[in-house]
Amino acid sequence: MAELLKVQDLETQFRVREGIVHAVNGVSFSLKEGETLGIVGESGCGKSVTVMSMLRLIPSPPGKVVAGQAFYQGKDLLKMSDEEIRHVRGSQISMVFQDPMTSFNPVLTIGRQVAEPLEIHQGMSRKQAYERVADMLELVGIPKAKARLNDYPHQFSGGMRQRVMIAMSLVCNPSVLIADEPTTALDVTIQAQIVELVKELRDKLGMAIIWITHDLGVIAGLADRMAVMYGGYIIETAPVKSLYANPTHPYTLGLLNSLPRLDTDQYRRLESIDGLPPILMDKPTSCPFAPRCTFVREHCLQENPPLLETGPDHYAACWVDTKTGRERA
Amino acid sequence: MGRFIIRRLLYMVVVILVVSFITFGLMHAVPGGPFDAEKALPPDIIKNLEKRYHLDEPLVMQYLRYLNAVFIPQFSSEGLTGDVEDDSLVNIKITDTFWIKWMNFGPTFSSRSRTVNDIFRQQLPISVQLGLNALFVALILGIPLGIISALKQNTIFDYLSMSIAIFGVSVPVIVLGPLMIWIFAVTLKWVPATGWGAQPPYVLGVFPSDLGWKYWEKALMPSIALGLGSSAIIARLTRASLLQVIREDYIRTARAKGVKESMVIVRHALKNSMIPVVTILGPMIAALVTGTFVTELTFGIPGMGKYFVTSITNRDYPVIMGTILLYAVFLVVANLLVDIMYAFLDPRIRYD
Ligand SMILES: Nc1ncnc2c1ncn2[C@@H]1O[C@H](COP(=O)(O)OP(=O)(O)O)[C@@H](O)[C@H]1O
Ligand SMILES: [Mg+2]
Repeated sequence: MAELLKVQDLETQFRVREGIVHAVNGVSFSLKEGETLGIVGESGCGKSVTVMSMLRLIPSPPGKVVAGQAFYQGKDLLKMSDEEIRHVRGSQISMVFQDPMTSFNPVLTIGRQVAEPLEIHQGMSRKQAYERVADMLELVGIPKAKARLNDYPHQFSGGMRQRVMIAMSLVCNPSVLIADEPTTALDVTIQAQIVELVKELRDKLGMAIIWITHDLGVIAGLADRMAVMYGGYIIETAPVKSLYANPTHPYTLGLLNSLPRLDTDQYRRLESIDGLPPILMDKPTSCPFAPRCTFVREHCLQENPPLLETGPDHYAACWVDTKTGRERA
Repeated sequence: MGRFIIRRLLYMVVVILVVSFITFGLMHAVPGGPFDAEKALPPDIIKNLEKRYHLDEPLVMQYLRYLNAVFIPQFSSEGLTGDVEDDSLVNIKITDTFWIKWMNFGPTFSSRSRTVNDIFRQQLPISVQLGLNALFVALILGIPLGIISALKQNTIFDYLSMSIAIFGVSVPVIVLGPLMIWIFAVTLKWVPATGWGAQPPYVLGVFPSDLGWKYWEKALMPSIALGLGSSAIIARLTRASLLQVIREDYIRTARAKGVKESMVIVRHALKNSMIPVVTILGPMIAALVTGTFVTELTFGIPGMGKYFVTSITNRDYPVIMGTILLYAVFLVVANLLVDIMYAFLDPRIRYD
């Protein structure tokens, strides 16, 4: 499969009154055609900023992408002109946002909002666009879609609104869909429906997906590959099976331990990770997870570990082999 | 929506009644009467005058008499008599000898030959025109200034617009007016210093029939002088509101769809940012239309302001009652229009 997206050493900072927030500190990943990448990590670890930086949607000021490249089909998104990147957004790479309540414009009809990418990128008239919009809304499971084009966002339930949002993001047949915590604001039962829907749509339309979540449980059945983020770094990345079977980084271990599992002992205590997420004001010289890590060594405090290959196509940024408890050579 | 409007109009009747009651009560509660002059009139003459205007009757009678004359349509065998006792705002001819007359606001104590309705027909439209012009000025200056300073936040444009806005709120008409007259009328001689360029008959009883330069050469300065303060308020509100709106999630969504930056503002941000602006339009219209006194005085405009103010110092009861009731109607109608506009801007608002 051809490589669609290649992000290298992406670094994004926010200049705030108290100093500089190092939100993303040299993140690299790639995405192949049709592949689904899951990005997990606790709130504030830089997941949104990573993908928003790619599409240059970071509010600036205060934000700035200070280093790195993001190649989409060989062209660096970060070096494109404003006009060029605008034509990538919503047509080639599109986004679904977390909160379907606030992510729609309350004063425009659903029809107009979903039709907008078609009008912008494919030059369709509103009438042509509405036909396609109705089809798309059917596809994501909005009953009587045609009759609802002139409804406003507040006339839909949260789950329905997220379906509409998905329809809006897919209406131009993008090759990459970025879903930034698309289920976080929804009820658990509806979460499952949305995940199911995206799976179906992926099989039908074949787009690649970057699915961001702070919930390892949601993503297990969806992703091909996983990237775990912590404090603005990717600290572990691996094919999904390998990550769940052989979690390597102490933080990933912690995340998995805090997850209820059906396949093992059901009565096992759920653990939480002690301590607080890092403050991103200073770029750490030690491992950012060290203050919360139970495996912490002298080395961890002296040098921030890079991603090391710990298995076939499996990388983790940790000096310690968590299986043996010994430091990696 | 229809039901809502009807409900609000019924509610207006209640408001008017309450306002009439309170005004009537207050006006008679304050010491002094209409015929107290520095040189006291002979008691006989005062008696006669009081009798003529029914001021010798018990207050309740006077109040009911007033309500009857103003609110209850009267049947009459003759049309327009020219009699000051018998001047109604609405005169409907059924046959030559059968007329329905409604809203007789009574005579004014200050003139033997004029009625409150004369003031409504001749002076009030001028004040309403001035107030609405000022509102227009406030909107066409305030909204663009607000938008510019929001979009160019913390640049020279922002500071410039907001300086104009601060100038607008802090310089009162009584300073600005004479300054404008001195610059544009006396020095540059672009426009006349005083007067008003529209006469009755007015379209719909209010609006000038000719909106040419003859009208605007006199209307421009006072409208700007009166509207500038409000334009400043609107500019600041628009700026704050737009700055808030462009941080909303749906603006990010629009950008993520590839919407052009100019369209992000025009299509996605403006309508939302106008919602708080519309909210203050109701009180603002009321303030502008009823607050024309100083402007009229400064620019020598024969409007309502003088009558409104002097009627109170002179205890000219029918003029006090009439103007206050009319302003009350105006307020309720203005707020109703604002609510309708509100529903038009924001589909989440439904009145039913
Ligand atoms: N507009 C902003 N101004 C300042 N800091 C920001 C801004 N947006 C994000 N950040 C910071 O960047 C970090 C990463 O945020 P984000 O990517 O949104 O986290 P998440 O992983 O929950 O999506 C956070 O620490 C946050 O404080
Ligand atoms: Mg986020």
